[in-house]
Amino acid sequence: MDELIFFINRVLISGTVLGSIYALGAIGITLIFGILRFAHFAHGDMMTMGAFVAFVLASALAAAGVVLPLPMGFVVLPVAMIITALLALGIDKGFYAPLRARGAKPVTLLIASIGVTLMMQGLLRLIFGSSTKSMYVAGESKDIFRIDMSWAGGTRPISITEPQVIMFVVTALIVVALHLFLTRSRLGKAMRAMADNAALAQVSGINTALVVRVTWVIAGSLACVAGTMLALDVALMPDLAFNIVLPIFAAAIVGGLGHAYGAIVGGFLIAFAETLAVFNWTAVLRPLNAILPEGMALPANLALVPTEYKLTVAFVILVVTLLVRPTGIFKGAST
Amino acid sequence: MALIELKHVVGGYGGAPILNGVNIAIEKSDIGVIVGPNGAGKSTTLKAIFGLLKVTGGTIEFGGENIANSLPDRLVPKGLSFVPQEKNVFTSMSVEENLEMGAFTRTDDFSGTMAWVYEMFPVLKEKRRQPAGELSGGQRQMVAMGRALMSKPSLLMLDEPSAGLSPRYVIEIFETIQRVNQEGVGILMVEQNARQALAFASKGFVLAQGQNRFTGTGQELIDDPEVAKSFLGG
Ligand SMILES: Nc1ncnc2c1ncn2[C@@H]1O[C@H](COP(=O)(O)OP(=O)(O)OP(=O)(O)O)[C@@H](O)[C@H]1O
Ligand SMILES: [Mg+2]
Repeated sequence: MDELIFFINRVLISGTVLGSIYALGAIGITLIFGILRFAHFAHGDMMTMGAFVAFVLASALAAAGVVLPLPMGFVVLPVAMIITALLALGIDKGFYAPLRARGAKPVTLLIASIGVTLMMQGLLRLIFGSSTKSMYVAGESKDIFRIDMSWAGGTRPISITEPQVIMFVVTALIVVALHLFLTRSRLGKAMRAMADNAALAQVSGINTALVVRVTWVIAGSLACVAGTMLALDVALMPDLAFNIVLPIFAAAIVGGLGHAYGAIVGGFLIAFAETLAVFNWTAVLRPLNAILPEGMALPANLALVPTEYKLTVAFVILVVTLLVRPTGIFKGAST
Repeated sequence: MALIELKHVVGGYGGAPILNGVNIAIEKSDIGVIVGPNGAGKSTTLKAIFGLLKVTGGTIEFGGENIANSLPDRLVPKGLSFVPQEKNVFTSMSVEENLEMGAFTRTDDFSGTMAWVYEMFPVLKEKRRQPAGELSGGQRQMVAMGRALMSKPSLLMLDEPSAGLSPRYVIEIFETIQRVNQEGVGILMVEQNARQALAFASKGFVLAQGQNRFTGTGQELIDDPEVAKSFLGG
């Protein structure tokens, strides 16, 4: 029983946290690709930027002496999302829109977004320094919920922190809201129409410039949520999300570029693959030692991949997907 | 006053002009059919009206104003609709969502128009929840026409609506076009099934090398020995 509890704590809960972050980031990448047809390389930094926006707001609240029962990072999230969405619109207007107006190729836009990455990382370092910061600005303690498992014969509890629970709830709310937006609202349907066939969307009289703006608002605000959650889960630093750009792109591609639900599935798929790959299976298989013959005990660490090579997992999944099913799980727009 | 009137329209895709002075006039009661050899500029003419390429000379009058170089999101609310030849449905979206996208520019209640489209194409009502990409070629063409009708246009433009359809569907699409026209929508279409289309056209235009070669009623063009020989395959 304890082995199962250990598995739930280490794989199920961590995987869901990571999956939520990947999914929210990948949705932005996939929507931007669907509407604007380029790989937005700077998306990781948009997440980092969103996290810093939340950090500034939370610090301001804390400095004002506000005390709240929830982590400040979550409380300021709605405002941080709006600010990050505005920043995303500004970045598009300043850097990508002029290139589009000149009919630039997707490769040109991709390279411009690499430029935006460098610029944003530089700016963040300039303003905030390169040190690691805690998102728990008011010194909030992470409340831990312990679910007693003694009724099932477990000696240890299933433990989950309050921020983790909030992350699950926030992610679930966002996914439901996004689903309703894309399937019920006029603008959401126009967005799907433009991702499906941009020329026909234009011919139908759809205001494509408006759809582009809505895309940045969604991508920017979700990047803010993903970045803030990542910073709450780990810590805040200028290259916070740059390190997870690869898994997020992998998630978007595996799910099928342009396909919002695919990005969600892809995000959780990559996250669980990573978590399972670095999981130490000895902890779960230890009872086998009792039945194994003398001198054949399990090694102390039986992880498939050493933690420091975690990134290779996303890479391998990406390569396999591209070889076996290049359009992704859901039929994407990449071809 | 004509519903739409092109006067000596010149335009192209950035390089040398493709259209070198096209003249077309259509009344609300008309079915106008443009025929001509491959590469004559037939599709380009429709795209020029719809603002999809640069018009560098001449005028396009619609509803009493020059609409040359206006973009579709301004033209659709004015009463202009266009069914492109290819890729003319949103394949991943349901039939009903395709129709809704045709009504994107409308702010009023469009359920009456949708009922009208479903009445014209009963099979679409049956398949309204199916992705348009799963339909047959003929049914897709109906979705494309239905989408274009959702904005309640006064002029419907179609680029080769019968291309690639089986003879049965060709007749059905042509009959529907005539019905739409009878209900008060002017039609301007490009057709490869030239003889068949000119037979019910009130106006015919033979285009070659970006210019009008012959203009007349549909029947006049069919009866003209030179048009028949050079453009209608004898
Ligand atoms: N997007 C484009 N960019 C540049 N040139 C184009 C483009 N589309 C068409 N052309 C050129 O314009 C000319 C006229 O093409 P258009 O499509 O209008 O012909 P068409 O009369 O419709 O012929 P078809 O019967 O083959 O459909 C052709 O020479 C074609 O190569
Ligand atoms: Mg053509």
